[in-house]
Amino acid sequence: MSGSESGISPSRVLDIEGKIVGAMPEFARDPAILLRLYRGLVLTRTFDAKAIALQRTGRLGTYASSLGQEAVAVGAAAAMEPSDVFVPSFREHGAQLWRGVTLKELFLYWGGDERGNDFGGPREDFPTCVPVGSHAPHAVGVALAFRLRGEKRAAVCMFGDGATSKGDVAEALNMAGVWKVPAVFVINNNGWAISVPRERQSAAATLAQKAAAAGIPSEEIDGNDVIAVRAAIERALARARQGRGPTLVEAVTYRLGDHTTADDASRYRDDTEVSRHWPAEPIARLRHYLTNAGHWDKGKEESLLHECNRAVEQAADEYLATPAQPLSANFDYVYATAPAELIEQREAATVLAEGAA
Amino acid sequence: MTELSLVQAVNAALKHAMNEDSRVLILGEDVAVDGGVFRATDGLFNRFGEQRVLDTPLAEASIAGVSIGLAAQGFRPVAEIQFAGFAYACIDQIINHASRLRNRTRGRLTCPMVLRAPGGGGIKAVEHHSESPEAMFAHIPGIKLVIPSSPARAYGLLLSAIRDPDPVVFLEPTRLYRAAREDVVDDGAGMPLDRCFTLRPGNDLTVVAWGAMIKEALEAADQLARENVEAEVIDVATLKPLDSATILGSVARTGRLVIVHEAPMTCGFGAEIAARACAGAITSLLAPIERVAGYDTMMPYLRTEAYYMPNVARILAAARRAMAYA
Repeated sequence: MSGSESGISPSRVLDIEGKIVGAMPEFARDPAILLRLYRGLVLTRTFDAKAIALQRTGRLGTYASSLGQEAVAVGAAAAMEPSDVFVPSFREHGAQLWRGVTLKELFLYWGGDERGNDFGGPREDFPTCVPVGSHAPHAVGVALAFRLRGEKRAAVCMFGDGATSKGDVAEALNMAGVWKVPAVFVINNNGWAISVPRERQSAAATLAQKAAAAGIPSEEIDGNDVIAVRAAIERALARARQGRGPTLVEAVTYRLGDHTTADDASRYRDDTEVSRHWPAEPIARLRHYLTNAGHWDKGKEESLLHECNRAVEQAADEYLATPAQPLSANFDYVYATAPAELIEQREAATVLAEGAA
Repeated sequence: MTELSLVQAVNAALKHAMNEDSRVLILGEDVAVDGGVFRATDGLFNRFGEQRVLDTPLAEASIAGVSIGLAAQGFRPVAEIQFAGFAYACIDQIINHASRLRNRTRGRLTCPMVLRAPGGGGIKAVEHHSESPEAMFAHIPGIKLVIPSSPARAYGLLLSAIRDPDPVVFLEPTRLYRAAREDVVDDGAGMPLDRCFTLRPGNDLTVVAWGAMIKEALEAADQLARENVEAEVIDVATLKPLDSATILGSVARTGRLVIVHEAPMTCGFGAEIAARACAGAITSLLAPIERVAGYDTMMPYLRTEAYYMPNVARILAAARRAMAYA
């Protein structure tokens, strides 16, 4: 069951055919902004396909696809200011790319290279967080730092439907509410936590309503509608910047792919369910709208796909051509200054490696 | 110079650190108006205000987690967990995030935070209030682990912990909070976080301990002196990173090593010290290494706690065995 089947309709601006069914937010009247969002979605999906291809051919580690969920990440990132801080989970490539993490850095990260987290772009953004939901309190700390310094910045934290079952998320929402920190929590509800469907994750009718227990407002939106996502996160960020505290936004989307490349969803999920969700995916919907509005055509589509492919291929080549870090790098970032015992181990490991070489 | 108890020394160090660095802030349960359940943060809320001394909701994991966010943003949070037995809830945050943030981001983000928690037995408290979890923390790469054993060392080590660029777990022996007073100069001088302290010199036997067990170790050394055995007593103080050189240097001289800790024997931090002594001083050893530790049982409730705790008699028995070994 996705949220849309819960009997409560998440708010949307575009329906799956790209028809306007809700109030168009201010930014969406500018076609240039919509085209930029569209590019963000397409670039994310292009990266996704390449990452899976690299993993399947042994050139990338286990990878978590964001297929079908691109609008949640891209829409949220597009609503943020560069000076805000993003605290992601592990499926938010679209947001990271939007905020200036490079394709090469993403490939490095998923290829098993810590330098992929040493973003040249958003220097204060948190790296990918693997233990589910455990990053939620970090966002509270970041937002608290902003509040204590009197800065008009906000932290945006994203996690999946499964994470809402964790104590970390409950604790973080609660603390954020008590301290009224400028934080926005976004649930990327893709319907599945590996093999466990949304309805077995929580008996709550919506995940958004978990905010009520923390005394903070929430919104449930169609996570496949990038306009609705961006609008909702903008509203939440505006509240945060006005000192009105945190918001929880549940973006209802669907995981069209496997959990990761190490997963085989056919063991627990009917293909028919996946087929049923394909028509609602976020890219076609925005393309329909842009095409109908006269801002998009086949030629533009082809040239965008070409551009994204080129960027992704080039980044993949750069990643593949990047030598692994030296052995010493495993030791050099454990502490600001390596203690004697670590220096000894580093030297022993180096001697061993040089002997083997 | 003022005579301070250990908990007052902690308070003095916190106050000094907050005065010298506006990035230092305190958070935890009951740390603000109440001044902490042991009064370690007494008066700091009144002096520094609600922007720098924050009562948190009752959620240990997130006290650690929020501290990580603050630290990544350039603050120097000092988080108080009311008892070490409740710090188990923080281990996910400490092991998966605080300790790894620097390494994970190749130094882009760092985590200069201190997690303070009182630990150890002998305070007649209910279950979970007498834990000695140091070995669990010592096993985590990327953190430092400090356990002071006197007011002056609590002051100097805590200041260094707060100034350290990496996460430090600072376990304060509850039993020593008000057990003794000592002259403490509130001059802001830190003590090194990579050094053991030799509290009593001796050439016959090395006794290594930390925290509240230092008191027992020194008493045992006094008794041994009456038996013409000069025991060298070393306060490890900083368990991670461990100052092996001081311990091995002592063992090289004495040839006999007794390790004392309150935590259960198996996989206790004494095992690490014993392993290092075997690796680095085996040819000097004149007797098997003795460990005097808590038993591999649960920490008993208070009525039978005394049977569990290492004491002077047990240390003496181990020392005499070591001395008698041919």
